[in-house]
Amino acid sequence: MRWIKSKLLSVIAVLVLIYLFIPIAVVATLSFNKPEGKYNTSWNQFSLDAWTNICGVPGVCDSFMISVRIGIISTIFATILGTMIAFALVRYRFRGRATTNLLIFLPMTTPEVVMGASLLALFLNLRFPLGETTIIIAHIMFTISFVVVTVKARLQGMDPRLEEAARDLYASPRATFRYVTFPLVAPGIAGAALLGFSLSFDDFIISFFNAGTVVTFPIYIWGAAQRGIPVQVNALATLVFVVALLIVLTSQFVSYRKRKALEAGMSSDPAIAGANVKGLEAAMPRS
Amino acid sequence: MANEGTHNVEDLHLQNLTKKFGEVAAVDDLTLTIPAGSFFALLGASGCGKTTTLRMVAGLEEPTSGSIHIGQNDITNLRAFQRPVNTVFQSYALFPHLDIFENVAFGLRRRKVKNIDAAVNSMLELVELAPMARRKPTQLSGGQQQRVAVARALINQPDVLLLDEPLGALDLKLRRQMQIELKRIQTEVGTTFVHVTHDQEEAMTMADTVAVMNAGRIEQMGHPADIYELPKTVFVANFLGQANLFAGVRTGTSSDSIEVVANGINFRVLSARNSAPSDEVIVGIRPEKMTILDLHDKETIPSGHNMLEGRVIDVSYAGVSTQYLVETTWGQNVTVFEQNVLVGDRSSVGDPVVLHWSPDHTFGLAGGETVLADTAQILAVGA
Repeated sequence: MRWIKSKLLSVIAVLVLIYLFIPIAVVATLSFNKPEGKYNTSWNQFSLDAWTNICGVPGVCDSFMISVRIGIISTIFATILGTMIAFALVRYRFRGRATTNLLIFLPMTTPEVVMGASLLALFLNLRFPLGETTIIIAHIMFTISFVVVTVKARLQGMDPRLEEAARDLYASPRATFRYVTFPLVAPGIAGAALLGFSLSFDDFIISFFNAGTVVTFPIYIWGAAQRGIPVQVNALATLVFVVALLIVLTSQFVSYRKRKALEAGMSSDPAIAGANVKGLEAAMPRS
Repeated sequence: MANEGTHNVEDLHLQNLTKKFGEVAAVDDLTLTIPAGSFFALLGASGCGKTTTLRMVAGLEEPTSGSIHIGQNDITNLRAFQRPVNTVFQSYALFPHLDIFENVAFGLRRRKVKNIDAAVNSMLELVELAPMARRKPTQLSGGQQQRVAVARALINQPDVLLLDEPLGALDLKLRRQMQIELKRIQTEVGTTFVHVTHDQEEAMTMADTVAVMNAGRIEQMGHPADIYELPKTVFVANFLGQANLFAGVRTGTSSDSIEVVANGINFRVLSARNSAPSDEVIVGIRPEKMTILDLHDKETIPSGHNMLEGRVIDVSYAGVSTQYLVETTWGQNVTVFEQNVLVGDRSSVGDPVVLHWSPDHTFGLAGGETVLADTAQILAVGA
């Protein structure tokens, strides 16, 4: 009984993790399947066909590349605009600041169907031809909110004295931004960009309303689902997952290496090791 | 280029400097000259305007009115990065993304100084951190970070170095060490140091001149020992060390002293040590200047000494000295420190005692009951 009690939390945690990863495992496993009929739903036979001939089905790779392109372009715009908005909101007191702060959250809370439909109405009214451009405009619009929120958090967490110190040390406003503010906010901006890209790449509803004849990757899958999803889609999805996983692992590894280097630096210098531990403890919660 | 010794240092002048936040004056018409090459301390409770004064000198805060000069040079309207002034910030504000070398080199790089390696290395040596050059600030202990902050400011050879509570984040032992260290560095480079602190002991150990600030104004300024021995206001008497104060009225004047009656007791205050302009005088005495005696030994007190009787209500032994709390006949608590030079035979709780002290240590302050009450309130809020 006590054994169960003490292990209960771990058991639940493992169960939740399994629940989260079963769908991904199924997708990845089925990418090595050779389906019997047109539906790739049950295991039949191991095969590398989908991986060796990943663009084998017409339209798969085209739609994949379209989504990547849309993702990159809208991420660039959303990151630049969103970062500027975040700076304005944190650094300046202006009329309408509170309103802006509130409005920036709206796209995050509006149901995507509503946003997609109203954007479509807008484009039709303006007689703006639907296509990649309209998708990009829509994507920039809803990813900006996420960029603003992420960068704002980073900026607010920054010690204002660091910029004062830079100004005190002969850095003009431009130099202060370049050598102190930007390097310190950069990780937040990079995080915002990654988030923005994944939101854009994966968006279906808003894109579907405003795509015209353009077929993005999610739209392709949706279309294919009616006739049976080709195994290549599983392979591409697995590929995306692996790439994302690699990015996460790399960043974890880098920070692990940094921490190791820190500890090594301490022990190599026993005279100050004691003092360093104190400094580290003070520094840890911040980093 | 560091420490050539030919650096021309000039006085720092603050003229009618005022800073208002809304209606409240944080710094109120401050006029002050800080001599070149001195170690100057601005001492005061939190919210007294000392940090605001410092930030105005640094250029991080704009004065509402008044001017700031270094020598003949008006720097009031220069921006922070254009002033020959550098700051050691509270909690240091080291750049976390740069290593120690780059932190120290920051100011030189911004001014496009060439071949800075030698200067940076010799500065790191001055603060004894040369082996740490390639570490990041978070890898250093508090004391080491503190020294980096000093090095980063000093390498620019500022006319004035500002220190904003520089030792506040350190523990007691390290703080003592850094006090000596900072004093050593100041003597070595000869730059004017303006040091802001709320710690009276820190101000007294390090500074040549201490200015005690209260409510945006300077209450008293001078050599630490002079201010301590002869405070001019009730605030200074209480803020810089401890004082026993008795509000009274002047009853007579002789050639070199005045007579004050407080709570029915006659005190003698030397005219030279009295700063009260009217007949309302507060008589003050530092706790360590008093001698505590058993009531039976009253006859041994030298004539001319001030004295008062009371009863011991608390004794705390603190190694070097013993602190007595004595209740006077009218119910006021008086603190007395006695050096533990004698073995045994200390007064204990309940003993009737007599306290006496020389008029040479007695001081007279302006005011009456209200001043005492007001100051007690200010000090309570500031603490």
